[in-house]
Amino acid sequence: MTNRFRTPSGGRIDRSAPVSFRFDGKTYSGYKGDTLASALIANGVHLLGRSFKYHRPRGILSAGSDEPNALVAVARDAARVAPNLRATQVELYEGLSAESQNRWPSLAFDAGAINDLAAPFLPAGFYYKTFMWPAGAWKRFYEPKIRAMAGLGKAPTLPDPDRYTQNYAFCDVLVVGAGPAGLAAALAAAESGARVILCDEQAELGGSLLAEVGATIEGKPAQAWLADTLASLSKHENVTLLPRTTAFGYFPHNMIALAERVSEHLAAPDHDLPRERLWQVRATEVVIASGAHERPLVFPDNDRPGVMLADSGRTYVSRYGAKPGDRAVIFTACDSGYRTALELKAAGVTIAAIADLRPQLHGELPSRALAAGIDVRPGTVVTGTSGRLRVSSADLAKVSGGAVGRSETIACDTVLMSGGYTPSLHLFSQSRGKLVWDAASGSYLPGTSVERERSAGACRGVYGLNAVLEDGYAAGEAAAKAARDTASPQRGATPVNGASSRSFKAEAPDLGNDGFIGATPHNRNPAFAKAFVDWQNDVTSKDIKLATREGMRSIEHMKRYTTTGMATDQGKTSNMNALGIVSEALGTPVPQIGLTTFRPPFTPTTFGIFAGEARGDLFDPVRKTPIHDWAAEHGAAFEDVGLWKRAWYFPKAGEDLHAAVARECKAVRASVGMFDASTLGKIEIVGPDAAEFMNRMYTNAWAKLEPGRLRYGVMLREDGFVMDDGVVGRMAPDRFHVTTTTGGAPRVLAHMEDYLQTEWPDLDVWLTSTTEQWAVIAVQGPNARAVLEPLVEGIDLGKEAFPHMSVREGRICGVPTRLFSVSFTGELGFEVNVPAEYGRFIWEAIHASGERFGITPYGTETMHVLRAEKGYIIVGQETDGTATPDDVNLGWAVGKAKKDFVGKRSLARASMSAPDRKQLVGLLTTNPATVLEEGAQIVADPTAPVPVPMLGHVTSAYHSAVLGRSIALAVIKGGRARIGQKLSVPMPGSVIEVEVVEPMFYDPKGERLNA
Amino acid sequence: MLIITCPWCGARPELEFRYGGEAHIARPADPSTLTDEEWADFLYNRTNPKGLHAERWRHVHGCGRFFNAVRDTVSDFFVVTYKAGETRPDIAGDQAK
Repeated sequence: MTNRFRTPSGGRIDRSAPVSFRFDGKTYSGYKGDTLASALIANGVHLLGRSFKYHRPRGILSAGSDEPNALVAVARDAARVAPNLRATQVELYEGLSAESQNRWPSLAFDAGAINDLAAPFLPAGFYYKTFMWPAGAWKRFYEPKIRAMAGLGKAPTLPDPDRYTQNYAFCDVLVVGAGPAGLAAALAAAESGARVILCDEQAELGGSLLAEVGATIEGKPAQAWLADTLASLSKHENVTLLPRTTAFGYFPHNMIALAERVSEHLAAPDHDLPRERLWQVRATEVVIASGAHERPLVFPDNDRPGVMLADSGRTYVSRYGAKPGDRAVIFTACDSGYRTALELKAAGVTIAAIADLRPQLHGELPSRALAAGIDVRPGTVVTGTSGRLRVSSADLAKVSGGAVGRSETIACDTVLMSGGYTPSLHLFSQSRGKLVWDAASGSYLPGTSVERERSAGACRGVYGLNAVLEDGYAAGEAAAKAARDTASPQRGATPVNGASSRSFKAEAPDLGNDGFIGATPHNRNPAFAKAFVDWQNDVTSKDIKLATREGMRSIEHMKRYTTTGMATDQGKTSNMNALGIVSEALGTPVPQIGLTTFRPPFTPTTFGIFAGEARGDLFDPVRKTPIHDWAAEHGAAFEDVGLWKRAWYFPKAGEDLHAAVARECKAVRASVGMFDASTLGKIEIVGPDAAEFMNRMYTNAWAKLEPGRLRYGVMLREDGFVMDDGVVGRMAPDRFHVTTTTGGAPRVLAHMEDYLQTEWPDLDVWLTSTTEQWAVIAVQGPNARAVLEPLVEGIDLGKEAFPHMSVREGRICGVPTRLFSVSFTGELGFEVNVPAEYGRFIWEAIHASGERFGITPYGTETMHVLRAEKGYIIVGQETDGTATPDDVNLGWAVGKAKKDFVGKRSLARASMSAPDRKQLVGLLTTNPATVLEEGAQIVADPTAPVPVPMLGHVTSAYHSAVLGRSIALAVIKGGRARIGQKLSVPMPGSVIEVEVVEPMFYDPKGERLNA
Repeated sequence: MLIITCPWCGARPELEFRYGGEAHIARPADPSTLTDEEWADFLYNRTNPKGLHAERWRHVHGCGRFFNAVRDTVSDFFVVTYKAGETRPDIAGDQAK
């Protein structure tokens, strides 16, 4: 297909490099340097999508990142589909394939357009009004239907095959935006020796200069100056130029997040390249040169394909050589519209008329338009447009003193509108800077800074090419100086850019700074005229007026009720007009209404760029014990405990969890089992004051614990509740080997460090985490001693020489060990601590030594059952942060004679020993086959009127193969006094009867421990 | 992301630090002499000011040291950091000092 609307020459496209692409299955051609939007315009395609709510046909509104309408999905393959891309930003490459969105069955005939006819029933706030009843219907019916009808593109369901990278960068001056202000700022900063990063969202640096055909700078045509300036900047070693890079978020202390599109624009990306790269830039000073967005005019039917922002229309002609149509009507409230008219006329577009909202004309550009013979009509508005899928005519009417005359219909295929410019305050506002209202220009401008930043050029209301260049240069000089001279931030001031030390002698037409905000007057029936304010969310001026009538006053309420400005374009084209309409409807001046908050991201940003490399195996670190691989080789099933992978059970052929656990439990009770306890937290506490420190941190008394002995320790928080527990060995008078729960290790060490560093810095104690240094192998069961005896050197394992709760240092298979005689099963038991690198070697040696006893490796599930049979608690399972030691039967571990320890004072509060506290008990179900559910509530009388008083809950419940029945632990109000009582556990469909018993189901006298 | 100056290591990104609650609340030398109300006050009641707030931070992914900082709760910016055990520095306009 030919580019019928392509100019014969000019623009920045590469006419020697034609590019073939597809849109909605049809093949077109464009040129290298085109965007998808410019190439479609060159082909005369203006229908690009259907609108969000009313499914109205929509075209291309703008030429940049502010585009609300022309959203497309670009697909490379089934997994590489990027929905909701702005066609105005998609760079054309050979073979690009794009699809329109939100239409069915086709773009030209869309069944959803019925919504447009039903518009009277879809007013502002229609979600809140229409779909409130019946309550259940929202989830089942309304929401899925609305989502299907009103929507944007669809995300691919396959995993994203592309790579995303992240890097940190540091600079003295970050310049955001490479238009004239940003280029001048970067030049000034670079020449002063500062490290500079200059980024811009477009494929080419240059901003508005890329479409500048009539201006000169320093005596050169603007685009020649641009080329020279970029060449000069790229020669500076201290300058990093980042095109295709959007500064999308401004975070505290001048951390700016940039999204760089690295390979998205390439026809065949090298898969070694990431798709996108996240830059987290820490800048000493920031220059925001983000320019201004042209404002649409809000007039009836202003959303028809072919209606476009005027300066965008000019950009398509002058930068891309693509004419928006053959015959244009221009509707303007500022001189910028005349520049568009003149450049379009020069390119061969007929200008049917210029409707100027202003009653009087003056200035250079209107004069030139008149001299060129253009039909210029001051005091004129556009009151409507016609055409089904493309504008075919516009209605123009005289307006004077608010009265609109009769409309005259003028044939055209293009309507270009300009309501003036809105400074882009997004990044400044994200930096939490305060905005000020500037009555002279009718816009908000950057005011007081919070961060070390300054704005330059149009984004702070400076217009005119020479003024913008000089403002940018001055800002760059000032930023480089501030980065050099100012050590600490100076906040709360409005930065002054000062005078530029360089003169650019730029000559360009004077565009003035007129403009209009709000809705333009018209002569149409207000009940039926749709004048769009927010193209992306389909919000009309009528919706906003309705919201004011329904009582919305705050602009924040208005935004949420009408959804204006809430779409992915963040209100770039809509915010100010919405504000103007509210202001007029309420009779309140704009500055008193305020402005809604600008939020990151500036433009939609992929999830991939945030995830970076942190996906799949790299999403979360995995901790494995030295014995992990042995367990995996022997068929263990694993469970996640924090970041650890722990062997859960070791199924033999045909065994499920229950069968394996039953076998493992019986083996430990009958002979011997072995268990990998390496994940236990371990802290080495050393120093002359180690015992005193232990005394203060744990409830127990430590002074009299002899070296070579172990003690079970309980740690409280200062509020008196159990925080952690573990067995502690005294290795020497000044050295303790402390163990903690698997999950509690970092928390316990931090808790200890806190007290040691901040409350008792006088204590001479060192704390060292040794969790990763020791492998721990628990050998448990009546034959445990016999298994270890042949392996151990230098330790007498005899019952008298090495009683329960002792620690000895010696060697096992030649490896140094700290051998604990300790049990978490109720059986005779040992825990073999060896340096981690010998963990698997010793494990295998013990396994071999135990073969004659049928030694059975067991996992965490069997460990849990065995300890529950003995009523041993697990902190975090039997406790929930509100249990005192006494609540869980650990009152015996509290050193009552000690003057103080962390949590002691709290335990003295009366409520901490109230008899109706929840206390640890055992439960036996009347039916021994029934296993309770952990977390199930316990009540006295399940038939009591609702709400049934809850007595407590089940904390642990298992089937015990050894006992041949179910067992459970629970916490119950006044539980110890209820032993012997029958209580109920109501479950869906049934009530389970239980008896309250002592929390000890096996060997209550503990004789097996000392076997 | 904030930059926080550890008094031992210098300026580092916020990621390396962990917040530790209000500063200058010393644990009573002999808690047993306190009434329940006084103990509850020590345990739970904090100033929560709008403005300058002295608080504890720990350079947990660095030197591991606790230190103190004065931060402006309105702007979220740190005004000064200082070592544990040092008194709260004089700052112009500091109502709490």
